[in-house]
Amino acid sequence: MTDTLIVLALLAVAACATGAVLTPDPARQAVVLSVLGLSLALLFTVLQAPDVALSQLGVGTAVTPLLILLTVRKVRRSPRRGGDQEPGA
Amino acid sequence: MSVFPYLVAGWVLLAGIYGLATSRDLIQSVGCLAVAQSSTYVLLLAVGYRRGATAPVFADLPVGAPVVDPVVQALALTDVVVGATVTALLLALVIQLRKRHGTVDPERLTGLRG
Amino acid sequence: MSRRVRLLLLAGAGLVIAVVFAAGCAELPPFGSPDHPYGERAVAAALARHTANVVSSVNFDQRAFDTLGEESILFASVLGTVIVLRPARDEDRQEPEPARVLPSTRLFGALLLPVTLLTGGYLVAHGQLSPGGGFQGGVVLATGLHLAYVAADYLALRQVRPLAVLDVADALAAGAFSVLGLVGLVAGAAFLSNTLPLGTFNTLSSGGLVPVINAVVGVEVASGVIVLLAQFLDQAVEVVDR
Repeated sequence: MTDTLIVLALLAVAACATGAVLTPDPARQAVVLSVLGLSLALLFTVLQAPDVALSQLGVGTAVTPLLILLTVRKVRRSPRRGGDQEPGA
Repeated sequence: MSVFPYLVAGWVLLAGIYGLATSRDLIQSVGCLAVAQSSTYVLLLAVGYRRGATAPVFADLPVGAPVVDPVVQALALTDVVVGATVTALLLALVIQLRKRHGTVDPERLTGLRG
Repeated sequence: MSRRVRLLLLAGAGLVIAVVFAAGCAELPPFGSPDHPYGERAVAAALARHTANVVSSVNFDQRAFDTLGEESILFASVLGTVIVLRPARDEDRQEPEPARVLPSTRLFGALLLPVTLLTGGYLVAHGQLSPGGGFQGGVVLATGLHLAYVAADYLALRQVRPLAVLDVADALAAGAFSVLGLVGLVAGAAFLSNTLPLGTFNTLSSGGLVPVINAVVGVEVASGVIVLLAQFLDQAVEVVDR
């Protein structure tokens, strides 16, 4: 039973990691990264590591995606010296 | 099953490296670096896992009960938080790069201008 | 280097990493094996020092010197971000406008803000007893505070966030970790060794130095993450090009 849960969590982590890498738009990638953070937290919980899971839950699902989204907003808001390829957001 | 978790950690690492090398947006490549970094946590905790054991917290466990390896958990736990602040520093550098060079596409950063 | 050559080089390097990594995995102890010599020694040492959460004992007692290095990286990253993102000469500040928020969102935030802050404080305080500690509790405290931004607006967040105080708290907590290490030297033992009274097992005051360092790290992580997010929010909301 535990082994099944571990395998499922591992597959979720592998899928989310692949998805995050293959998402070219950073704003969308931030969302995938937060799902990756959540599945990592689940994996750590079934691996009997609640301390690491708590840490990962706060950092992976909230802080890192928020930092990326704020950076995207800053970078796209100020068109300068020719501007960027993507409009809006 | 005896090596599958380790191989998943390897897959996540390779996926992160692939993303870093092919990224066309520095913000996206910082995200890929975070993916590559998370592979180390998977590997560490997989090495420390012990079948049938519980978390290494003895608040309501009898002394001598089997627990998973606490050392690798301590290593992963501090790195999760510290890694996020390093990610923040990298993103700050990306913002600064955008201000000075007007792009976040590594392909268009031809030569460093003053 | 053209994109094609680079991809080929990447494929070659990736293949080498994959093969060597897989070969290494085959030699690792099998997943879930009962043989953990370091773990068993760490558990014995933690119980001898009356610390119920072995992970906290490893972090703040047995390997406290390593954690001192980690928290120095954290402090240096926060400092670096503050310096890199300081407003430049050719930038202006734009006062953010009050935002309209749905009443239900406002109520949700007002109810959850104290609950998350309490949870964060609890996690820091009980680090030596139950899962949690300075690192996790600090992150919860810092992100919980930003519910004020979600539920109200940036102006409300600025009011609940005394940045000048947090800057100083971050630096003081980083320094306090090193100073606490000197306690061991005063008692005639090594730097950062746990020489405080160990207390009764499974109570809030057990573990000697562990709860003290834990609290210091909690303050540092919480104030550090708030300061970090403040720099990014400042850039995204307030600072504009002239």
